[in-house]
Amino acid sequence: MIYLSAALVFGGLVAVLALGLIVAERFLVNYGICKLDINAGEKPLEVEGGRTLLSALYSNEIFIPSACGGKGSCGHCKITVDSGGGPVLPTETPYLTRTEVRSNIRLACQVKVREDIFVKIPSDLLNVRMFEAEVEYIRELTHDIKEVRFKLPESDEIVQRPGQYVQVQAPSLEGPVFRAYSISSPSYDTNAVELMVRLVPGGIGSTYIHNLQEGDPVTFTGPYGEFYLNDDPSVEIVCVGGGCGMAPMKNIIYSIYDKHPDRVCWLFFGCRTVKDIFYLDEYRALAEKHPNFHVIYALSDELTDGDEWEGETGFIHLSVDKYLEAGVVRQAFLCGPPPMIEAVMRVLEDKGLVEQDIFYDKF
Amino acid sequence: MSDTSAIVILIAAIFTNNILLSNFLGMCSFIACSSQVGTALGLGTAVTFVMTMTTMINYSVYYFLLVPLKLVHLQFIVFIAVIAAFVQLVEMIVERFSPKLYFSLGIFLPLITVNCAILGASLFAIIRNYTFIQTIGFGFGAGLGWLVAIVLMAGLQQKMRYSDIPQPFKGVSVAMIITCVMAMAFMGFAGMVTIQ
Repeated sequence: MIYLSAALVFGGLVAVLALGLIVAERFLVNYGICKLDINAGEKPLEVEGGRTLLSALYSNEIFIPSACGGKGSCGHCKITVDSGGGPVLPTETPYLTRTEVRSNIRLACQVKVREDIFVKIPSDLLNVRMFEAEVEYIRELTHDIKEVRFKLPESDEIVQRPGQYVQVQAPSLEGPVFRAYSISSPSYDTNAVELMVRLVPGGIGSTYIHNLQEGDPVTFTGPYGEFYLNDDPSVEIVCVGGGCGMAPMKNIIYSIYDKHPDRVCWLFFGCRTVKDIFYLDEYRALAEKHPNFHVIYALSDELTDGDEWEGETGFIHLSVDKYLEAGVVRQAFLCGPPPMIEAVMRVLEDKGLVEQDIFYDKF
Repeated sequence: MSDTSAIVILIAAIFTNNILLSNFLGMCSFIACSSQVGTALGLGTAVTFVMTMTTMINYSVYYFLLVPLKLVHLQFIVFIAVIAAFVQLVEMIVERFSPKLYFSLGIFLPLITVNCAILGASLFAIIRNYTFIQTIGFGFGAGLGWLVAIVLMAGLQQKMRYSDIPQPFKGVSVAMIITCVMAMAFMGFAGMVTIQ
């Protein structure tokens, strides 16, 4: 008897408390429908209040880049919130500089929609879409880099510029996350997206992609990135990459030679050993067709016995220094580890390039 | 205790029988959330509100539900359930009206649920046989006492921010030492009023 009444009393009390909380929630957490205005009237939306700006935009098919899935740990989802965002939260401050705070930049995943909100989003991001595709093939380039090709449905196409990237959705224990990869397929190849992915031990995105099989469905958003290739064919293009920093270079090179067969382009690619070399034969074939295309690969580790290598050795910035003449109008695109980028930047500045003409992607 | 007025109990709960400085309850959030006066004030207000309300509700639940039904042994679990529900409510209120405070309190807001000072206040009110009015005074006073202690502590921590503290005493150790000194200082109020 005493057990029954104890259970009943406790159960009844908890039920009453839960009911009270539900009633309170109806009044306290209900923000109603809020207006979400993008770029001063360009795209007015109405969203349900109480959710984060990122998820509100996401459900209206506006894909702000975000790698962590809205947990506030990557700092990628920066957008301008002109009004209605409330004060900057302690969870955002580690990712925002003072200048950004002053110009109303916020992390979209931390800002909650509580009232009518006015945001600015670059028009490039408004063109970002979500794509459903299928793995056409996946192949090994080196021992840890794989090339994968996502084929879009026949009726679909992706419009991308060289240097842009996509975010691939990968499953994780805490729900889907997104990881960014540069597009390696040339921009005229509008029915597919190719990526080069280096396996990072324990990495969520690269492990997922490396384990994909032909025919598997994949979801990605894109294209992202504000890089514009200089369209003037008299400007030389210099690409310097290391590791899987090859991906954007391949896109740039093939896109260039599709339009301007005589444009001057330099590709410098740094590897450690002979077994890290990939794509060299394809580029040599391309260089035979286009005499103004120069391919230089360099190996940074000492050659061991039995290695067949007649190309450059040493770090890649030494080769850049050796081959490029100073005083030519150029645009440079660098992609690789931070020390490589810094070394190459110094060399390029010595050759007369200004900072605005050097683009880089450190990883 | 039926002859002590609620006002006296309130004052005693703040100064002579400060729940933090004389009973050492609610230490974890006291140490963790006392680096800034603003945050400390916010957390202290939330604790005061929760403490006042939960001592009242728990008192009613105890005398009007558990005692008549002879279920006094359920008091711990029932008190904790009431406190948990109340903290949920406070969380909603704080998130709605002060998102900045909500994020700066972070995990310590839901952790009020397991703040021993809150459960302690409810239990003291029962053990000391307070009347309902006295319980209100005690709950509110104990909350205010906790608030006073954490705000004083935050003020001291801010003053000390640039002090040259020897390496082994940095962080929690110096906070414990300050708490100890504060507790001794509060003992000076002991002659004023006493409650048991």
